[in-house]
Amino acid sequence: MKQFINKFYYGDIPESNSGNSIISTESKTDWPLWEVFLRSKQGLDHKHTGSLHAANAQMAIENARDVYTRRMEGVSIWVVESKNIHASNPDESESLYDPSNDKIYRHASFYQLPDELKHM
Amino acid sequence: MSALKEEEIFLKKIEEETKIEPKDWMPEAYRKTNIRQISQHAHSEIVGTLPEGNWIGRAPSLKRKLILLAKIQDEAGHGLYLYSACETLGITREETINDLHSGKAKYASIFNYPTLTWADIGAIGWLVDGAAIMNQVMLTRTSYGPYARAMVKICKEESFHQRQGFESLLVLSKGTTEQQQMCQDAINRWWWPALMMFGPKDSESTNSDQSMKWKIKRKSNDELRQNFVDMIAEQIKFLGMKLPDDKLKWNNKKKQYDWGEINWEEFWNVIKGNGPCNFERVAARKKAWENGEWVRQAAVAHSNKSKTK
Ligand SMILES: [Fe+2]
Ligand SMILES: [Fe+2]
Repeated sequence: MKQFINKFYYGDIPESNSGNSIISTESKTDWPLWEVFLRSKQGLDHKHTGSLHAANAQMAIENARDVYTRRMEGVSIWVVESKNIHASNPDESESLYDPSNDKIYRHASFYQLPDELKHM
Repeated sequence: MSALKEEEIFLKKIEEETKIEPKDWMPEAYRKTNIRQISQHAHSEIVGTLPEGNWIGRAPSLKRKLILLAKIQDEAGHGLYLYSACETLGITREETINDLHSGKAKYASIFNYPTLTWADIGAIGWLVDGAAIMNQVMLTRTSYGPYARAMVKICKEESFHQRQGFESLLVLSKGTTEQQQMCQDAINRWWWPALMMFGPKDSESTNSDQSMKWKIKRKSNDELRQNFVDMIAEQIKFLGMKLPDDKLKWNNKKKQYDWGEINWEEFWNVIKGNGPCNFERVAARKKAWENGEWVRQAAVAHSNKSKTK
């Protein structure tokens, strides 16, 4: 049996190969999306680790514990509703970050000092 | 910025191994391919818990129950990491799940095979998770940032899955004659479907391979499949069992194993929805979704009520 097909991979089966179709019911309850930040150990910053859906903040924290800290990945969890996160625009990244490119005097390595001067 | 310039920047990032992030410009087809691949991968993680879930109550000891529960919880977590990665591409969680329920989206066809004995659970861990790991390790280098990061998390957890499966078969392989037969029987039934997990042969492709050019995928199906055969053919020696393939033989020239031919007719049949458990699996997911509706509603009502207090 020779078939001409689009190439596909594990987890990527083209729709043309879809079989039966079943009509599913729709849910009317959308839980908001939350971003999860974990402090991996005491003394370190919280770091973004993923996101999840939950009805409220408390549930988001509980779900984050189950989803993102099954192997002691964190000692503290922050959750922020995703809609409250404001991000810089990637298209503006050049104008946003470029001005610091030519200010090399902001780096310690800019200053040439005698080798004999240790620990500075 | 013009679309042409945008595309140039995008291709340059791919070329330079810079990850593509959700808010970056990307070709529509790149977005669509990622949505399809990531969501189907997510569905595979979730549907994969169904055949294993059948065995929690029947696992032979408390230790094995705990291990299986932990593995299943991991797989559900993997599904969530991936659903979240998928959402960053602008599709809602609900649409994604609806596509699974309607039969539009697929999942790894391996999960349409039944788990007949306890040894199947060991064979799944060793062979099915083993095959998934080969794909997933490669995908930690995929070009879409959120997908790659989800894969890093998943890979950290997967090696426990494969090891517990192998160890459970190792125990059976040293057991009674009946246990040894059970072990061999499970390997016989899972070997070929595991090889099918890598997808069709490279030569069956008619389209130019866009996924490879965009570095969504980084190794070909046949390449990964061969790596898998070479790995398993060595590991099985520790079990004193045999792979169900008369043609399996070390090729000293090629420094890899030669082996037989996959039954492609069976492969296409299962994908098209005629596998032993296709209907059952989707029905189980739909039932879980529908039965959970009141919980989702109650949680929303509760949070609305506490807001007004
Ligand atoms: Fe997994
Ligand atoms: Fe796994």
